Amino acid sequence: MEHIRTTKVEQVKLLDRFSTSNKSLTGTLYLTATHLLFIDSHQKETWILHHHIALVEKLALTTSGCPLVIQCKNFRIVHFIVPRERDCHDIYNSLLQLSKQAKYEDLYAFSYNPKQNDMERLQGWQLIDLAEEYKRMGVPNSNWQLSDGNREYKICETYPRELYVPRIASKPIIVGSSKFRSKGRFPVLSYYHQNKELNAMANRAAGKGYENEDNYSNIRFQFVGIENIHVMRSSLQKLLEVNGTKGLSVSDFYSGLESSGWLRHIKAVMDAAIFLAKAIMVENASVLVHCSDGWDRTSQVCSLGSLLLDSYYRTIKGFMVLIEKDWISFGHKFSERCGHLDGDPKEVSPVFTQFLECVWHLTEQFPQDFEFNEAFLLQIHEHIHSCQFGNFLGNCQKEREELKLKEKTYSLWPFLLDDQKKYLNPLYSSKSPKFAVLEPNTVSFNFKFWRNMYHQFDRTLHPRQSVFNIIMNMNEQNKQLEKDIKDLESKIKQRKNKQTDGILTKELLHSVHPESPTLKTSLCFKEQTLLPVNHALRTIEGSNPADNRYSEYAEEFSKSEPGVVSLECGVARMTC
Amino acid sequence: MEFSELIRTGRAQAKLLRGPEVPPLHGTLCVTGHHLLLSPGPQATSDLWLLLLRSVDSIEKRVSGDSGTITLRCKDLRVLQLDIEGVEATLDIARSIEALSSLESVITSFPFFYRPKGLRLGDAWHFHPPERYYKRVDRETNAWRLSEVNEDFSLCPSYPRAVIVPRAVDDDALERCARFRQGGRFPVLSYHHAPSGTVLLRSSQPLTGPQKRRCAEDEELLRAVLAGARPGARGFILDTRSAQAAKQARMTGGGTEARAAYPGWKRLHRPLERGWPLQESFVRLVEACGYLEQSMDCWRSRLEACHWLGHVKEALSTACLAAQAMEREGACVLVHGAEGTDSTLLVTSLAQLILDPSSRTMAGFQELVEREWIQAGHPFQLRCAHSAFSHARPKHEAPTFLLFLDCVWQLGRQFPLLLEFGEGLLLALFEHAYASPFGTFLCSSEKERCLCEVRTRTHSLWSGLNQPKEQRKLRNPLYVPSPLAIWPSVEPQSLRLWQGLFLRWTRPNLQR
Repeated sequence: MEHIRTTKVEQVKLLDRFSTSNKSLTGTLYLTATHLLFIDSHQKETWILHHHIALVEKLALTTSGCPLVIQCKNFRIVHFIVPRERDCHDIYNSLLQLSKQAKYEDLYAFSYNPKQNDMERLQGWQLIDLAEEYKRMGVPNSNWQLSDGNREYKICETYPRELYVPRIASKPIIVGSSKFRSKGRFPVLSYYHQNKELNAMANRAAGKGYENEDNYSNIRFQFVGIENIHVMRSSLQKLLEVNGTKGLSVSDFYSGLESSGWLRHIKAVMDAAIFLAKAIMVENASVLVHCSDGWDRTSQVCSLGSLLLDSYYRTIKGFMVLIEKDWISFGHKFSERCGHLDGDPKEVSPVFTQFLECVWHLTEQFPQDFEFNEAFLLQIHEHIHSCQFGNFLGNCQKEREELKLKEKTYSLWPFLLDDQKKYLNPLYSSKSPKFAVLEPNTVSFNFKFWRNMYHQFDRTLHPRQSVFNIIMNMNEQNKQLEKDIKDLESKIKQRKNKQTDGILTKELLHSVHPESPTLKTSLCFKEQTLLPVNHALRTIEGSNPADNRYSEYAEEFSKSEPGVVSLECGVARMTC
Repeated sequence: MEFSELIRTGRAQAKLLRGPEVPPLHGTLCVTGHHLLLSPGPQATSDLWLLLLRSVDSIEKRVSGDSGTITLRCKDLRVLQLDIEGVEATLDIARSIEALSSLESVITSFPFFYRPKGLRLGDAWHFHPPERYYKRVDRETNAWRLSEVNEDFSLCPSYPRAVIVPRAVDDDALERCARFRQGGRFPVLSYHHAPSGTVLLRSSQPLTGPQKRRCAEDEELLRAVLAGARPGARGFILDTRSAQAAKQARMTGGGTEARAAYPGWKRLHRPLERGWPLQESFVRLVEACGYLEQSMDCWRSRLEACHWLGHVKEALSTACLAAQAMEREGACVLVHGAEGTDSTLLVTSLAQLILDPSSRTMAGFQELVEREWIQAGHPFQLRCAHSAFSHARPKHEAPTFLLFLDCVWQLGRQFPLLLEFGEGLLLALFEHAYASPFGTFLCSSEKERCLCEVRTRTHSLWSGLNQPKEQRKLRNPLYVPSPLAIWPSVEPQSLRLWQGLFLRWTRPNLQR
């Protein structure tokens, strides 16, 4: 690798972002072709994918070494101190090169090899089938048909080849409409809502400016005012600045949160989606959604609206389908918005992150209606930036085909499905009817700061124990016990069949005795998983006074016999 | 005084609205000495609706045509609306409620009349006497003794009859210490941390005054504390006022410990909000929570402006500091502010929850509230006279105890397995501290409770809460005991608004 000058640096310090006691871990930093790896003295590994790096900064030299700060797109921030400036400089330069690739072919996905054969890889890509999805929705039908107009991407380059349009819309009408719409993105079907009583759909288009109401009959206009990508980008920037502050006070946090406007934007997207869902459900109306180009805000509103209307999208598989349909196939410009390549920074914007956050807010309000959990959302967010899988590379289907992603890279979805257990919501009740429409309440205090997203790597800020894990473990345990019961019951049945006189043998008695091997293992299991404490460390999942900010005052304790001045100084520091 | 004099009208027909999600209730409204009743009539299926008048915080009446509306804002933050037939009836009922809900006499209050089935008077009052806690301390160390110097409450009216003090200090010395401390609150043991052999003490401020007076016995007491802990032990005096405020207190006869007078002890100042500013913060928070239709920015700025979570953070981090000094530094800690009956108790009780696994159990937490708040002389009668809605001019109200409950709730959120009790117990304590049929939170000190014979003539809340049917609602099903200290995160990102309390009646989908 021509960009890597130094592959290993020893005695590097990793500072904790939120500890003001300047405690640090010392370890070794390794630079590989794809990752930056830090192994501390406890052998704990921190892996940072080069593609995740948003910003590398080399700060002014200090007495202990040269500080290197790395900000990642998954909101991880690491602060290293490299003893020698020379090494720091080398790593800095390498990371600058490695984190910004000029060509798609240099991205991780093209070298990532999960040891699957071509057959398996192809099957992985076929896991999500959009033709199947339209069939599920009930199209084509008497009103909607598959149009072959865009088969060669001639009408609209950023749409997929297969589009559903009204039966009465002939090709000339479609072509005419596309010429009237920005980037040729004429109105097409996004979601078809079928219910016994009503049929309505959401569809999508692009437009610069808006339709003249006089020219459209039987149509009502609604402006929902979601801000553009530039406003969203700077809003997130402000949010990250605020919550990255050391020693943040409660009022600075809240005023920062407020002035960033982030949650206001989230609410705007949510409100628009609720409007869409209501129009379809209550008014039995069809809805056309567009913004200027129809690949950012339109995708947010269409996908979130569909999620409210159709419980299928709230399952693990359904959510993958939703992302494939409304985001990937309809040309949300993932590569530009996520900055996969070294391109125009003004095109970068957290549009998809906002969508995930809206979904997270829904999962908070409707804890039983989603098959997946928060970890699933975080994992997807991780991979829109990782460039490890092909799904999110490129900006539209045409580009993806040209890159031959299905031949050269792997799809993310089968890997997530394999790990499904991790992403299951233990509270999910699948019994809810298919068209149980979610009606979220958007009262202001329902919008909360998503700590587990924006501080996902700052473990000291998290609750010290996870109820979620406990419930998962209990579920597992219950399953095991239920299995045990079944095993025992079938054994009893067998015995009864054999011994019609009904006398239990000694062996059978043994098998239901508390000390039987099956029960014993499940009891052990219980102890291991339910005991949340780690006696060796004498802390509870990272609960340690030294991890927390009140420990800064601990320095007061360590001083032997302080003079008057230093104590007053300490007091002043504590009061301000 | 007869209640009947205050009751202007017998009954009226009314409709009761209890919030957006609950259907209205129709029936006959009736005011009694302690309650507001709504009887839905003989053919109705629903039960009698009953409201303790003491729990009414503010009352608003409006009449139009030949009917009227009364809005009752309760101390547990509930808002009720009564639509009443007849203008006169409305005004009479409103006046009756106003008069009866603001009665100040303790011995005519409802707990003195409340006789629930299945409970016997005096049942739970003996659960938590100081002797019992002393037995535990005595098993762990012999450096402390139980003194009955305050037997007749003459030394300190706000302390219980018996207090735990260093064995080396005799009762005569305690008497002189008491004279040197505001309200007679000389340093007493709050908690002994056996693993480190250190102690947590509490007191009020020393009465040094502008002349910087000293008190040999007080100095001796603190010297004895260190000597009893271990050779070379150090101590921290955690003053819950700013250094500036502590200095200023000298002008009014108070002050803080002079460095030279207490060798081995170091003073730290951690200013905590108290009194009126804290009450105002509570009022503004509740106000903010009352607007359902407000923009995001409005809500955030209101939440920020009330500073409530800032107070939560300060209280928790001060308690963590005290706990850390003991557990990690092996130092003894004395906590005091001015009177030593508010923020002092907040810090000492929270520090115990952090360090002491037994205080995190159902019984242990009740014992902690009883010992560190009720018997330690937190003036509940004054602090909880009114809640967040009252229009009355505030005198001594402050939600210090609520702030404590909020901090406990934050601990429970960060350590969901480690508290044996759930949010239900905290909500119940909040409700009962402000208005209760039980006698536990009556009066402001043990002396007053003794004079009013609260312990023999009223039922204890603990008896009420420890009935099996109540317990089921109050326990945390995920509880797993742990012997370890729990160190919470106090970053703003880790603290949450306690929606279960502040939005309990307004949050629409609480039940989901």
